Amino acid sequence: MDLAIRIGIVLAEIAAVLGVVLTHVAYLTYMERKILSDMQDRLGPMEVGPHGLLQPLADGLKLFFKEDIIPTGANKIIFSAAPILVLIPALIGFAVVPFGRDSLVIGEFEITPYITDINVGILYILAFSSLGAYGVLLGGWASNSKYSLLGGLRSAAQVISYELPLGLSLVGPILLSGSLSMVTMTEAQGGGFWHWYVITQPIAFVIYMICAIAETNRLPFDLPEAESELVAGFFTEYSGMRFSFFFLAEYANMILVSCIAVVAFLGGWQAPFSFMEFVPPIVWFLAKVYFLLFFYIWLRATVPRLRFDQLMAFGWKVMLPLSLVNVLLTSIVKYFLNQM
Amino acid sequence: MTAQLLFFYFGGMTVAGAIVAVASPNLVYSALALLLTFIHIAGIYVLLNAEFIAAVQIIVYAGAILVLYLFVLMLFNPEKEKLYLHRQYPVGIFLGVVVLCLMLFAAFKTEILGQEGSFTVEAVRSMGHTDAIGRVLYTDYIFPFEIASLILLVAMFGSILLAGRGRHLRKRGEAFDLSGGGTPPEGKPKRSDEVMVGR
Amino acid sequence: MLTNTPPINYIPVFIFIVVSLIFGVGTLVLSYFVQTRIDDKEKLSTYECGSEPISDARNPFPARYYIIAMLFVIFDVEVAFLYPWAVVFDQIGLFGLLEMIIFIALFLVAYVYAWKKGGLEWD
Repeated sequence: MDLAIRIGIVLAEIAAVLGVVLTHVAYLTYMERKILSDMQDRLGPMEVGPHGLLQPLADGLKLFFKEDIIPTGANKIIFSAAPILVLIPALIGFAVVPFGRDSLVIGEFEITPYITDINVGILYILAFSSLGAYGVLLGGWASNSKYSLLGGLRSAAQVISYELPLGLSLVGPILLSGSLSMVTMTEAQGGGFWHWYVITQPIAFVIYMICAIAETNRLPFDLPEAESELVAGFFTEYSGMRFSFFFLAEYANMILVSCIAVVAFLGGWQAPFSFMEFVPPIVWFLAKVYFLLFFYIWLRATVPRLRFDQLMAFGWKVMLPLSLVNVLLTSIVKYFLNQM
Repeated sequence: MTAQLLFFYFGGMTVAGAIVAVASPNLVYSALALLLTFIHIAGIYVLLNAEFIAAVQIIVYAGAILVLYLFVLMLFNPEKEKLYLHRQYPVGIFLGVVVLCLMLFAAFKTEILGQEGSFTVEAVRSMGHTDAIGRVLYTDYIFPFEIASLILLVAMFGSILLAGRGRHLRKRGEAFDLSGGGTPPEGKPKRSDEVMVGR
Repeated sequence: MLTNTPPINYIPVFIFIVVSLIFGVGTLVLSYFVQTRIDDKEKLSTYECGSEPISDARNPFPARYYIIAMLFVIFDVEVAFLYPWAVVFDQIGLFGLLEMIIFIALFLVAYVYAWKKGGLEWD
């Protein structure tokens, strides 16, 4: 009975997190279109609902009722499995993200502001997000289209190239907090914004942000789906719900990498000053996540796309050595600070 | 009880994935089945309280090595070339049965219990598995750790030598074709990358 | 040793994976039953700027990708060693710092070798 209630709580939390994440994904597309249109001095979606507010809903419904086309020569099983393989890694990372501070206690049961707190939290997210490369690679291969195959290959090569500096940039916050758990990492940054790791680890933060953009295949690193040369990259041949899964996964990944950045560098749900703690922690968390998301969209509107060889060279020859040097410097400085 | 049920689930899926990986005639299905196996092995590690090893299992095996496999598979069209090694079947079955018998014998006949150290299940659970590994690896097992970095250095030399071979082949205008099939037939684009993008 | 209680913090992770799998498959199946389907042979051909697709798309591709994946495997293992070290850094002191400096030095030797030999070049 006790176990049943606990599992019920977990299921409810998962449903809540999934629902919230998917709603945010839907409105992130709206936000992106609106911000882009504002920056380009046009209106953006205006027709569906007031100021186009119901546009994401209309898009979702439309895609739901569209035909799933399987092109000739495609491998049916892998073609259908690839979108799911992309979506799952993007969603399950949210299991360890601490959204707030206070647990809700009902009787003897405790509802935590995170689904679970595991000792290897940040590694768990890194591990599963590295699996996203499969869906992309297999989806591109299974389509039997030249654009898809090339897009899938490029995307997988890009993702694995930027995974190394991404992982290395997170070693800095791990060194400082002495833990891989997202909850402990947030708590270690309490007491004002000067305790946030973005202050002590500025290089790591910049590396992380750049690699995160590359990992999510966003502009200026969206070579795998560069419209001007590869049509739509690995999902050229996808339509209907399967297409929307790739889309969902991309935006869910954007939110997920922003959540990690907020937890590892921007103090999670911590308020910047102690007198501002009257604002609920979850509001701080959301505000920081949306600040980073706005930054992504801003970049998209501003920066031109790189060439693929430049992209790979930048990852391997600039980001990787820089992140290694950062790890070395951090550890040496921390050792001498510990001695004092 | 729950732990046993979960163990049988993870173990069963590991074995099932491994069987499909070996028996499937389509190499891409084999790779996917192998992915399933790796993830469920990580599940078994979690049941053994080895959470760090579970994460590394997924990062290294599923996230890196299997991606390398997939890239290699795609170097030669895995749907056209059915590389099914029928002639080796008897040997394979024989060796498989021998190893299975050995493992069953080991599982049911012997019981080897070492001395109980300071890292008991409770201790590992309370301090965290990553902590436990770090404390042992970077103090008592420093020598194997540095040897590992040397081995990785050697691996790097090896892979760069292979890479040099690949560049040499491409200079002669051939795609790097591991299947040994030689040049692609006339009229086909030789390097899809160059032909498609037209850089 | 398999104890009787599974690590309790990982049960929600397991449930989450199962739920998102069900969500993914379920949405696709549900969409399959409500979507309109019109048979058309031309629609099923792959996109190639409007002309008839020529040859099989799955040609051998440059070895570059394979080499990048190989370098990635090696560096990924090296990076995995850094995580437990970072976690226990405070407890192992100068000894830990020095051995990691040696480790990263060897890492850099491998890296510089790969660079000098052109392994990082995307030509």
